[in-house]
Amino acid sequence: MKLVKVIRYLFIGAIFGITLAKAEIISWYRIYEMFKFQSFHMYGVIGSAVVIGAIIIQIIKRLKLKTIDGHPIYISPKDLSVPRYLIGGTIFGLGWAMTGACPGPMFILLGNGVGVILVVLLSAILGTYVYGLLRKRLPH
Amino acid sequence: MKDIIDFISQPWPWYVAGPIIALTMSLLLFLGNSFGISANLRTICSVVGAGKNCEFFDFNWRAQLWNLVFATGMMIGGFIAHYYLSPHVEVNLSSETLQELSQMGIEGPSGSLVPLSIFSWDSLLTIRGFVIMVIGGFLIGFGTRYAGGCTSGHAISGLSDLQLSSLIAVIGFFLGGLFMTYFIFPYLLKL
Repeated sequence: MKLVKVIRYLFIGAIFGITLAKAEIISWYRIYEMFKFQSFHMYGVIGSAVVIGAIIIQIIKRLKLKTIDGHPIYISPKDLSVPRYLIGGTIFGLGWAMTGACPGPMFILLGNGVGVILVVLLSAILGTYVYGLLRKRLPH
Repeated sequence: MKDIIDFISQPWPWYVAGPIIALTMSLLLFLGNSFGISANLRTICSVVGAGKNCEFFDFNWRAQLWNLVFATGMMIGGFIAHYYLSPHVEVNLSSETLQELSQMGIEGPSGSLVPLSIFSWDSLLTIRGFVIMVIGGFLIGFGTRYAGGCTSGHAISGLSDLQLSSLIAVIGFFLGGLFMTYFIFPYLLKL
């Protein structure tokens, strides 16, 4: 991968990581508080991200904006099915509430100094691996 | 310069973080990618050779290298935030949350974003710590790939694209999260 591209993604990732760390999105406490509906904070984060994201995507679609390489920006629509999203989503939700972290925060917490989160990350990789092995037998 | 650093060293509000997340997603779109962090879990499996005996991991992982670099960048961001932008960590939790947690024996968040009584190497040797970190992590890895995305892929990207499948996924996220928080935590956290 070209160095310029590596620096570009490291930079974007770093800004993202700093943002989630400073806004406490990586905090187990904040996730507990969110599921208890005891603060607006996390809903404000996700809500404002979705509102602004939706507006930007509408602009992209209507103006048919392109990527920096000149290709059309295409977001592949996911097949509509209920089992995989509902069951998979629920399983993830259980883990998200338990650990107070989703994949992004896991990486950020690692940098943030919570070394033991490596265990969570490795378990997650194992979980993904087991899913890969079992997926043909699971309802999708 | 010191004033600027002091200013951004305070906790950031939702109306700053939310828009930055939306901008990150958009920037990745303009670069020809999509914003979905859990894909990295699958890529890592593939990189270490899981594709040899499992079709799901048999794909061109080099096309996802940008995402691994992005995740590395996130780690660096976490590092910078912790060591340069956080002189003291004080999560401003609601008083009800603080009270509930204290009743379950979980210490408050002064000085740490995560409860160190749960997230420590010593805790891994306790039932509570093992269940939360190992089983919790496993559920995340299994669930995100089953659902085809996590909060970044579904809650942010999918909902921004007005996709019904992502709404179903997010409903699932909350069903699971609420069940854990209301029905399992009261017992699990006291172990």
